[in-house]
Amino acid sequence: MSLQQAKPPLPSDDKRWKLVNATMRRNGYAGHALIETLHSVQDAFGFLDEGSLRFVASSLDLPLSKVYGVATFYHLFALKPKGRHACVVCTGTACYIKGAGGLVERLQERYDINPGETTEDDRLSLLTARCVGACGLAPAIVIDGDVLGKLDSESLIAKLEELT
Amino acid sequence: MNLDDLTDLAEKYREAEAGVDREVRVCLAASCQSSGAVPVFDALVAELGDTKPSCKVKGVGCMGLCSAGPLVAVADREADLQGSVLYRDVTADDAEDIVASIDGPPVERLRCPTNQPFFARQQKIVLENAGIIDPDSFKGYVAVGGYSALIRALSEMTPADVLREVTDSGLRGRGGGGYPTGLKWSTVAKMPATQKYVICNADEGDPGAFMDRAILESDPHRVLEGMAIAAYAIGANKAYVYVRAEYPLAVERLQTAIRKAKRSGLLGNKIGDTQFSLEVEIRLGAGAFVCGEETALMASIEGLRGQPRPRPPYPAEAGLWGYPTLINNVETFANIAPIVREGGDWFASIGTERSKGTKVFALAGTITNTGLIEVPMGTSLRDIIEVIGGGIPGGKAFKAVQTGGPSGGCIPAQHLDIAVDYDSLKTLGTMMGSGGMIVMDETSSMVDVARYFMEFCMTESCGKCIPCRTGTQQMHSILDRLAKSQATRAELTLLEELCEVVQATSLCGLGQTAPNPVLSTMRYFRDEYEAKLGEV
Ligand SMILES: Cc1cc2nc3c(=O)[nH]c(=O)nc-3n(C[C@H](O)[C@H](O)[C@H](O)COP(=O)(O)O)c2cc1C
Ligand code: SF4
Ligand code: FES
Ligand code: FES
Repeated sequence: MSLQQAKPPLPSDDKRWKLVNATMRRNGYAGHALIETLHSVQDAFGFLDEGSLRFVASSLDLPLSKVYGVATFYHLFALKPKGRHACVVCTGTACYIKGAGGLVERLQERYDINPGETTEDDRLSLLTARCVGACGLAPAIVIDGDVLGKLDSESLIAKLEELT
Repeated sequence: MNLDDLTDLAEKYREAEAGVDREVRVCLAASCQSSGAVPVFDALVAELGDTKPSCKVKGVGCMGLCSAGPLVAVADREADLQGSVLYRDVTADDAEDIVASIDGPPVERLRCPTNQPFFARQQKIVLENAGIIDPDSFKGYVAVGGYSALIRALSEMTPADVLREVTDSGLRGRGGGGYPTGLKWSTVAKMPATQKYVICNADEGDPGAFMDRAILESDPHRVLEGMAIAAYAIGANKAYVYVRAEYPLAVERLQTAIRKAKRSGLLGNKIGDTQFSLEVEIRLGAGAFVCGEETALMASIEGLRGQPRPRPPYPAEAGLWGYPTLINNVETFANIAPIVREGGDWFASIGTERSKGTKVFALAGTITNTGLIEVPMGTSLRDIIEVIGGGIPGGKAFKAVQTGGPSGGCIPAQHLDIAVDYDSLKTLGTMMGSGGMIVMDETSSMVDVARYFMEFCMTESCGKCIPCRTGTQQMHSILDRLAKSQATRAELTLLEELCEVVQATSLCGLGQTAPNPVLSTMRYFRDEYEAKLGEV
């Protein structure tokens, strides 16, 4: 029966919805493709807003509460937009031992934001992660997807200042 | 395809490369990429150009000494890492000198000796191809004998034969628990069911551990081959690899490997022209430590919140979508092809009485050589840290090594001579876990470390059961007060009681082991706790 079911219209004519739809189609609109689908929404749009959660819920025929429950359970899913740049400080054990805590404090001080927050001018989001698997380079930092290692707080800030 | 066909194929691949006798191997695993290996690779390719057809620049996987990256090895085609000239901290500007050195004397200023214990003391089974073959090359894997164990299992062995070899090998799960792999496989094999699944646990949530990442990035086909052999042995035709999304390069290489293996008929329908078929799919994690726990992982694959459920029933009886499921760690699967190839008895001859084979460890923290090593089970901690790891840098003294991640504990200097295996570490109140070792020098505060792990467990608790959800919070707040010298002796006693309660009453391994870092630091560094007590 669900084969015949009409799929909801795309929320807007933004081309990125096509990517999201492709993920769901590839998985036969099965409910268990929820996490894959949320990944593709976040890859495309950077975060998950209410509209996209509703769209995913009705496309996969799942209750919105379940979609919301899953989206909030996993740390990697963001329900708020991020700034133009993201600086993720690894706070895994190896990085912690090598002073990641100090880096976070220094960034908090410099940009006046806590982990998970974005500067007022929308330029930078500060995030933390648990081990990005580059422990040999501890403390590891991910700036806009690129992993950098062995940075002290001053050279890190210098790098962040270079970003436009 | 039978074994002879595969051997012919390997021969053909080797012949196609026969004109190449020297290789410039550039580590393109994640850590070296972060240190700038890609521009180095490009510069070497540009510099070499067509000048020497007998030499080739090749991207390879992790060579182990990640902290010295980018690493480049110049070697004869058949040579291993130890037999090559190794260069460390290479930059694109060094390309000219390295290319010039191919037929001449080595570039001394960049050299990283390979006769040092870090390389010489290792014994490689799981990592035998890492840093040597191109992980994106199907041909490269076949040329070194890849997939011959699978074809051999399919064409010459019954599932029962495979089970026997794996059981005889004495291999125990490398994901942390150390459960006998042969026993687990046999249990799933015995289940009557029309549908069974194989899952590879590549969640690697343990902070400070990167063995699974390195294996997937260096030799992905080996993991697929192990999974396929497992599927044949237990009677499954569908497999999943659950990988953390934080490992994009590992995911990419795994995808490439699956695609190429399928195209060559070594995955998918009727593998090697036999009746055996296997579909392998990747599922991405989304940043939740608890999803490494097997029942939570399966919930996550089903698209649910990753919350553990009580066991039994174990996944072997009722796993993914209720069907019998075999779930093993990446490194466990990576051991399978060599076991089938060389026989279970060969594997059982390595290691200790009750822990067979080798183990890959990730050395991190304040230690001179940070990176990956593979040593026989039973190697002493002192050898690993002082000899292979090169000891503590900066003239500081060793204080403790943390093993087993958030489920483990800290080992002090007086126990460094212990031979590392599953059981010996348990007697010290810690565990081997997945193989992360974080070395701490005298400047580390053990109360602080305990607080760190408790904060980890508190934020990673899935919240399903109360002892873990609120217990970790309470323990964290006491540890926080202790670290700030505000806690009373009564609170210290309460902390110890909480440890017992949380350990005994939590539903899954996360809560059951969350007190371990506290208990072990209290056991060996009691004086630090006492010194931190407040005035009252
Ligand atoms: C909280 C928690 C996290 C775990 N994380 C992992 C993990 O990241 N990788 C892994 O292989 N096993 C992990 N495990 C162990 C798995 O539940 C399971 O025992 C293992 O994957 C079985 O494979 P093995 O027999 O090959 O070790 C974790 C267990 C717990 C309780
Ligand atoms: S012990 Fe903790 S992580 Fe495990 S089920 Fe209970 S609340 Fe969840
Ligand atoms: S602990 Fe930071 S990269 Fe592993
Ligand atoms: S990543 Fe290059 S040596 Fe480990």
